[in-house]
Amino acid sequence: MPRFLKEFFDRNGLGIGSLMLGLVLFWTIGLIIMPQLSMLDFSFRPNLPPPEIGGPKDVYTMENYKYLVFGPEGGSQDFNAVDLKVFYRTLIAAVFVTIFNLILCYPIAYYLAQTKGNHIRIFALMLIIPYWINEILRAFALRIIFGETGVLNNLLVAAGVFDTPFDFIRNDIALYAGLGYAYILLMIFPIYNVIESLDRNQIEAARDMGASWPMIHRRVVIPYAKPGISSGCTMVFMLSAGALAAPQILGGPSSLWFTQLIYQQFNDNSDWPQGAAYAVVLLVTCILLVLAVMRLFKVDMGDIGK
Amino acid sequence: MSAGVGVDLENLWIRFGDFVAVRDAKVHINGGDFFSFLGPSGCGKTTILRAVSGFLEPSEGQVLIGGKDMKGIGPNKRPTALIFQNLALFPLMKVWENITFSMEIKGASARERRKRADELLDMIALPDQGDKLPSELSGGQRQRVAIARALCAEPDVLLLDEPLSALDLKLRQHMRTELREIQKRVGITFIYITHDQGEALTMSDNIAVMRAGVIDQIGDGKTIYNDPSTAFAASFVGENNVFRGTVKQVQGDTALIATNRSGDLLARVSSANQGKMKAGDDAMMFIRPEAFALAPVGSEGDHFVTATVTNEEFEGNAFNIFMEGDGGKEMKVSLPNLGQSFDSHKGQSMTLQYDVQNAVALPAGDLATE
Repeated sequence: MPRFLKEFFDRNGLGIGSLMLGLVLFWTIGLIIMPQLSMLDFSFRPNLPPPEIGGPKDVYTMENYKYLVFGPEGGSQDFNAVDLKVFYRTLIAAVFVTIFNLILCYPIAYYLAQTKGNHIRIFALMLIIPYWINEILRAFALRIIFGETGVLNNLLVAAGVFDTPFDFIRNDIALYAGLGYAYILLMIFPIYNVIESLDRNQIEAARDMGASWPMIHRRVVIPYAKPGISSGCTMVFMLSAGALAAPQILGGPSSLWFTQLIYQQFNDNSDWPQGAAYAVVLLVTCILLVLAVMRLFKVDMGDIGK
Repeated sequence: MSAGVGVDLENLWIRFGDFVAVRDAKVHINGGDFFSFLGPSGCGKTTILRAVSGFLEPSEGQVLIGGKDMKGIGPNKRPTALIFQNLALFPLMKVWENITFSMEIKGASARERRKRADELLDMIALPDQGDKLPSELSGGQRQRVAIARALCAEPDVLLLDEPLSALDLKLRQHMRTELREIQKRVGITFIYITHDQGEALTMSDNIAVMRAGVIDQIGDGKTIYNDPSTAFAASFVGENNVFRGTVKQVQGDTALIATNRSGDLLARVSSANQGKMKAGDDAMMFIRPEAFALAPVGSEGDHFVTATVTNEEFEGNAFNIFMEGDGGKEMKVSLPNLGQSFDSHKGQSMTLQYDVQNAVALPAGDLATE
């Protein structure tokens, strides 16, 4: 038995230790790894009616992946331009949502972490309580705000900023606002956690030596907060790219999110293998992108867990 | 480096809500001085330092540096550098980057900075350690890096907030000497905050003794130790035997104190209180343990107390003898260890003789409780 396992059992006893280990293994293997592997398996199989599953036609194939790149066989186009464009746009949009979220949340996290007093708790509550409301309701609330006869348009038209209502939905502003808002906490709290442990004297020392505030953030606070920033960015990026409710409700009629395509394959077309292939492509691309960015900013995997 | 920029605190008040942290401080610090604020924790000494460095605006009064009012000037614009109690080195920067951070702010090139860092590293006797991270250094080395970092900014005034308190005894004593030497070499004003009277006495040109937001006495180490102006200063700095009583008679600079338990004793009125003590006032008389001479009963001098030896301790550099006088009055005598043979007098009655010049009469007041 490896030493860490022995220590684990020594500390917790055999009974509780086995129970805890069993639950964790069930969680990771039973609830995460196995379903994902079965999705992966699906993605390499043809879409067959139930009686033929396991029959002679049920062989591994790349057809589902080819479909994403080249479209239907014998189609009029060389590439599946529609789906690829959606895929590409989804990733770019998720990157922008992440950057926007970071710019918005870093000051909030810094303020929460470095200010003392009771009002900080109230601010934190004000951030948390909206998340008691479920995601769909929050999305519809934003639709009410951004709609053609919505609160915002009424205000802006009344104030004379626009002559006619501005279509926030068709211009995807509602979508980005919704996505940005949906994961704000996941960005704020990791950053807050790290900055809270930053010794205030370091900020004062930098200030004492003549550093301006931008300099203090660039050289002292941000390097220190890097693990929190990368952890927040990773989560927001992954979840934005994989969001379904916000694009479904807040997206304009012409802008599809890649997850909506996946959903259509599973639900409307009943083509699970095709949906699985799309989902796998999205997942793998996102992971590769995150790893690449982590390498670029010299972030260790261990830092993310901080 | 500009030698000798003085600092003045003029009628400085600092309040936090209803709490008065600093009460009407008036201090003149000579340019190029090693000046210490000495007091127990919570006495307001760090608050004063923060007001000088600019992290705190005084509620009333002024901070002058080099004769210039610092009102409205932020900590990043003042000619001061602060060394924090926990040093506050930047953990993610290498030692040389830490040291030259103030140059980086001004836009100096990496080459210039590296050169300056190497000079300063030589000065603090840490050559070739520039590429390490602060966490790879020992406590004393980190201490020196913090000093170098502060000096790199070429401040007129260096502020030190109990920087030695985290070090162990030996290193602390070593750093005292080193700090004093660095100060002499660079010739700038050092303002040092400490609760350790040993540090204050060994390093400082002048010391301000603080108690509960009030500055009790300002003077050089010898004056503070030999001629305290308040009961607090007398009891906080060094050890002292206290005799409470009332003034019976004042003649010139000596006062006859009717002590509560030890009879009438003659003492010198401290300089700050001459002419201010009169018959009938509550008074305290202080005699240092080392100012007593021990003699058998019967060989009395002019001024003495009689007491019984209750305990004896050998401390290495001195013998400490604990005595009990009339009414359970406890006293301590220290005899320097000069290699003499020491005979135990435990249980015996002895006389404690003293020279009137070494007994200080002060108005009664709060004593330090440490």
